[in-house]
Amino acid sequence: MPDSERAFGPLIQIDAITKRYADGTVAVDALSLEVPDGAVTVLVGPSGCGKTTTLRMVNRMVEPTSGRILLDGEDISRRPVTALRRSMGYVIQNAGLFPHRTIADNIATVPRLLGRDRKGARAAALELMERVGLDTALAKRYPYQLSGGQQQRVGVARALAADPPVLLMDEPFSAVDPIVRKQLQEELLRIQEELGKTIVFVTHDIDEAIRLGDMVAVLRTGGRLAQFAPPEELLSHPADAFVEDFLGAGRGVRRLSFFSSAGLELAAGPIVAEDATAEQIAAAGADGTPYLLVTDAERRPLGWAETGDAAGGVPARERLAPHGRPFAVGRESLRDALDSAVLSPTGWAVGVDAAGRAVGVVSQQAIGEAIRTAHARAGAGEAAARREKESVPGEGAAGTHGIRVAP
Amino acid sequence: MSGGNGYFDLPSDLQHSYAGLIGIHLEESLIPVAAGLALSLPIAQACVRYRRLYPPVLWITTVLYAIPSIAFFVFLIDYTGVSQTTVEIPLTVYSLVILVPAIVDGVRSVPPETITAAEAMGLGPVRRYLTVQLPLAVPAIFAGLRVATVSSVSLVSLGVAIGNQGGLGNLLGDAVEYQRYNLAVTSVVTVAVLAIVLDGLLIGLRLLLTPWLPRGPRAARRAAGAAVAEPARPPAPTPLEGAVR
Repeated sequence: MPDSERAFGPLIQIDAITKRYADGTVAVDALSLEVPDGAVTVLVGPSGCGKTTTLRMVNRMVEPTSGRILLDGEDISRRPVTALRRSMGYVIQNAGLFPHRTIADNIATVPRLLGRDRKGARAAALELMERVGLDTALAKRYPYQLSGGQQQRVGVARALAADPPVLLMDEPFSAVDPIVRKQLQEELLRIQEELGKTIVFVTHDIDEAIRLGDMVAVLRTGGRLAQFAPPEELLSHPADAFVEDFLGAGRGVRRLSFFSSAGLELAAGPIVAEDATAEQIAAAGADGTPYLLVTDAERRPLGWAETGDAAGGVPARERLAPHGRPFAVGRESLRDALDSAVLSPTGWAVGVDAAGRAVGVVSQQAIGEAIRTAHARAGAGEAAARREKESVPGEGAAGTHGIRVAP
Repeated sequence: MSGGNGYFDLPSDLQHSYAGLIGIHLEESLIPVAAGLALSLPIAQACVRYRRLYPPVLWITTVLYAIPSIAFFVFLIDYTGVSQTTVEIPLTVYSLVILVPAIVDGVRSVPPETITAAEAMGLGPVRRYLTVQLPLAVPAIFAGLRVATVSSVSLVSLGVAIGNQGGLGNLLGDAVEYQRYNLAVTSVVTVAVLAIVLDGLLIGLRLLLTPWLPRGPRAARRAAGAAVAEPARPPAPTPLEGAVR
């Protein structure tokens, strides 16, 4: 973000907004949030926590009863409502495409509203289709001819069409199956890496929040903020019992996804090729390791052999114990490494490089050691961050939920 | 006796050829449908916007529909004389009872997420109505138009009762007067063929206007729930019911 835009602080500042309906129900209660620029901020909470209402107040589809929202330092209630909405992309569940318009025309909606000529808007629409991973051959199709996942991609493309700085997403991936959802999430993270939009994302799925969010705001029923923190901090230091409960079981294991597997000490010794000589096998088993990992000629893992069985030569492939799912060293987290160790019949995880070649093996004990080290290091980092925050004057009062970039 | 005994030898008191009668019949039946459509669009929009308006509007149009057409004609003669207008006004009113609910249901059946998306993208209420809700209501509107058109074509014939203002229906009067029952056959068969042809044209026009609707039963099933469903049509009055009016 250029410095000139930084002059007003974050792009979107939500300042003590309350939404009370005529019947007295309070959907959002004095909520304040500073949405960081160029990052994904996730609003998550149980149904009835006011997350969608909050999102809709950002583009004035719902007007707050009190409080205000600043966009670029300016109160949005002073902006003409249609102009405001056209400056923010909006993605909803089930995509909400116009059934009577072709895919290209759907995507070109806002640019056309903003006065762009038909030809230019069409060309831009095709470009966007590629960006969101859609075949441009679909441009002339109608929405009913697309799958749910494809429709949702069109929804994202449509929201990006006028290149708005802000993207509002209201449970966009809730209605698709888990496999497609994962693809869409990955795609969104990839697009975000390229475009660096300021995204406000609403979901009820805490896993999705942790996966996508740079910052996560947990809301409790009645529209009150329970915690606003980076996902890693949420997992390591839930603010209260409600947040802890909402995070659900497996919080500790899930937190491991924030620790890289790069620091693991992999043993390359117990790896033998399929066609290894007796001396090579003897050398590999020399340090008393109970299992040897057998690989093919390209070092791709095939399975485990007991060191004793292998003494006279590597057993045939069908006699090897399965090695389970290997983890990609460095690219995947300690959680993936632990998972692969737990699933491996030998209790050893296989680390592979980007090409799938075995780099080394690591035991559950070694992974446990690495987890303890990572926790200790994270704790030290947090303490340092706290000290730093306290030393900045004027930050203390407003910065109860300081923004920290995940490592 | 005038004009011979064939199916198409028309008595001279009708003052029109067979083709001329078809022309008049089409005019008298289609002008009310067009006028009805022009009136129902704003009425329906008001009913969608102000929900409480819809029940009384429905009630009034239904009551008007219950007035027998002959009584309606006689009442109007004092104001509009023995003219085509006297036939066209009641038919316009009848078409409202079919078209208003069709348009209201059509506009209301637009998926809520589509409306939300339109609103969120900064389409104002007028643009939202004209470019999203109305186009999506086209299948429902055409369902109504088909019923209104067929009903109108059959009802025009009753204009014979107020002095040969019934288009092809005038043949029925002469059939009785001159005891030439083949003229009645000509009248009934031609009216039926007109209704079928007009219905076919409307189906064709609807298909042209809605390339976005799933075609064929398999595609339709696949898109069920995703696209706008056509609302249930009001029952079409059969030509027999029309004649009873």
